[in-house]
Amino acid sequence: MSRHQYSGDALIEVLHTAQELYGFLSAERLKTIARKLRLPPSRVLGVASFYHFFSLQPKAEHTMVVCLGTACYVAGALGLVELLDKRCGRGADSKVSVQTARCIGSCGLAPAVIADGKILARVTQTSLATELERMT
Amino acid sequence: MTIEELIQTQADETARQEALDERIYCCSAAGCVSCGSDGLRKAIADEIKKQGRESQVEVCGTGCMGMCSRGPLVLASAAGAMYANVQPSDAAALASANPVEWHALADRHVDLNAPFFSRQMKIVLANSGRVDPERVTDYIAAGGYRSLATVLSDMKAAEVIEQVKKSGLRGRGGAGYPTGLKWELVAKQVSPTKYVVCNADEGDPGAFMDRSVLEGDPHRVLEGMAIAGYAVGAQQGFIYVRGEYGLAIQRLQTAIKQAEREHLLGSRILESGFGFRIDLRIGAGAFVCGEETALIASIEGKRGQPRQRPPYPPESGLWNQPTLINNVETFANIPPIIENGGEWFASIGTANSKGTKVFALAGKIANTGLIEVPMGTSLRTILFEIGGGIPDGKFKAAQTGGPSGGCIPEQFLDTPVDYESLARIGSIMGSGGLIVMDNSSCMVDVARFFMEFCMDESCGKCIPCRAGTVQMHDILRRMTLGEANDDDLAMLEELSSLLRETSLCGLGQTAPNPVMSTLRYFRQEYEAHIRERRCPAGHCRIATEVMA
Repeated sequence: MSRHQYSGDALIEVLHTAQELYGFLSAERLKTIARKLRLPPSRVLGVASFYHFFSLQPKAEHTMVVCLGTACYVAGALGLVELLDKRCGRGADSKVSVQTARCIGSCGLAPAVIADGKILARVTQTSLATELERMT
Repeated sequence: MTIEELIQTQADETARQEALDERIYCCSAAGCVSCGSDGLRKAIADEIKKQGRESQVEVCGTGCMGMCSRGPLVLASAAGAMYANVQPSDAAALASANPVEWHALADRHVDLNAPFFSRQMKIVLANSGRVDPERVTDYIAAGGYRSLATVLSDMKAAEVIEQVKKSGLRGRGGAGYPTGLKWELVAKQVSPTKYVVCNADEGDPGAFMDRSVLEGDPHRVLEGMAIAGYAVGAQQGFIYVRGEYGLAIQRLQTAIKQAEREHLLGSRILESGFGFRIDLRIGAGAFVCGEETALIASIEGKRGQPRQRPPYPPESGLWNQPTLINNVETFANIPPIIENGGEWFASIGTANSKGTKVFALAGKIANTGLIEVPMGTSLRTILFEIGGGIPDGKFKAAQTGGPSGGCIPEQFLDTPVDYESLARIGSIMGSGGLIVMDNSSCMVDVARFFMEFCMDESCGKCIPCRAGTVQMHDILRRMTLGEANDDDLAMLEELSSLLRETSLCGLGQTAPNPVMSTLRYFRQEYEAHIRERRCPAGHCRIATEVMA
């Protein structure tokens, strides 16, 4: 925050950094950020909840992001989401959190899945199941 | 660095590269990285060391080589040979830099004279696959920052704008506003503080042109922005880049640091009186932030919601100061325009659309990847010559412009690709995503897919968009389930025109486009869903009980 001179304009940068450091943005943390940047807490929560990127709940140990961009959608990405939902569930106690993305820009590799930050190309039901087992 | 030093660096680096027996370029764009090109590059580097050939052979990473479906790609520059699907086990052969040894790779040789390459024309992507994006000297050797040097030493701001106007360059973000006019508008404003913003919030599903440019040639974008800053009188630039583009962000950060160290950015660029800083702003996953007023709000640290225009950003943008906003590809076109002159650029393309356009080919097509063609090239050439056609199945439609665009059916395959022609047939140029669909895709479901996208991404500020997209999506969803009737179809058409006419920003105004264009060309599919309760493409799961 000091790098941005505690400027309110840097709110999104600060939220990015906070999420990177702590994994998610707790209500306490948002309040601290609001105080330090001298912004109303409503503004901080408003911004944090507006953008998909910020997570207000703790995340699971692993993440699987299935791209649902047009190319991946046409290539059958919905089936991958169904498989993951069946295997992992979407509950808070799950070890793998399943998310979907709008388009990760890897359309040449459709369907694509990001497993813990690594892009998997041309994913099939079988290759996804293998990856899931390796992960957990 | 002074201009003389820049010229010297270019000569030195070119000489050094030419003295090598072979320079092996290893594609390190996101596509190839996910196929393991990082490990491959390391394996080749290790082999070179093992064979003791460091002084003769060099391996470097580059930007996208285009054929993303066949990565990892490797290009041996001196021999002019490209190979696809290269594995670490091939490293020893490559490191020997002996074309005889490369026979092992012969089955994966890529013919550089094939239509995929010969029908393309590379201006924006000229350096992609030829230059290491993480080394500024590589970019300088390829003639980089020479245009900026020319501008600073020999040109007045008005002369720069004159060249851009002459070039006929239009905004590559999709709307196609003449770039020169926009620059002039900002330059005319009297204000001590002005900003230049690069819109790299590439959110359309199916589009990855900007990401590839940023990953493959980040310095080109920085140079274009600095030239723009000089022309309009701004000292500060921002690049607003999607948070999802990790590699692009990392390459941009490296590039900015290097450029500042060499005095190619920062105060007193190339020892001139002109200073220009560029900062990155990382997006946080909101599609609407690609809209310019929402993007401004987001840079200011607010919720990314659009506001009423006018005033347009050239008059009152970032922090209410005059602001120039252009797309990544637009900025990347600037250095070559300055280098070769506006007239050269204007000689390429069609009457009203000049230059080239980068497209991201995806979907049901043989060669998915990144291509660049002169404006006016027909869709047939792009899809069937460069793209290699549809692997199995029959061509049905090409989708351009993402959720704001439309579907182009077979009868318009010979339409030249330029701003006006695409608008005439109910689609838009868009930012360059081109998704091919074959007869297994249901057009009603495609329309539903895009409407779901717009519904989720609507910022909620204006009612036509917030409520209208939900209503339209619901009708489309019921259609795909076989539960809709003719009244719903009429309502869908009414809502389409309502959204188009009354929404606040581009997102809502263009959200009905995919519906309207599919209704125009594939109305029989909608009717089949409604009246016969069946999906002609066999895609939608219409329950049998409904049919009875």
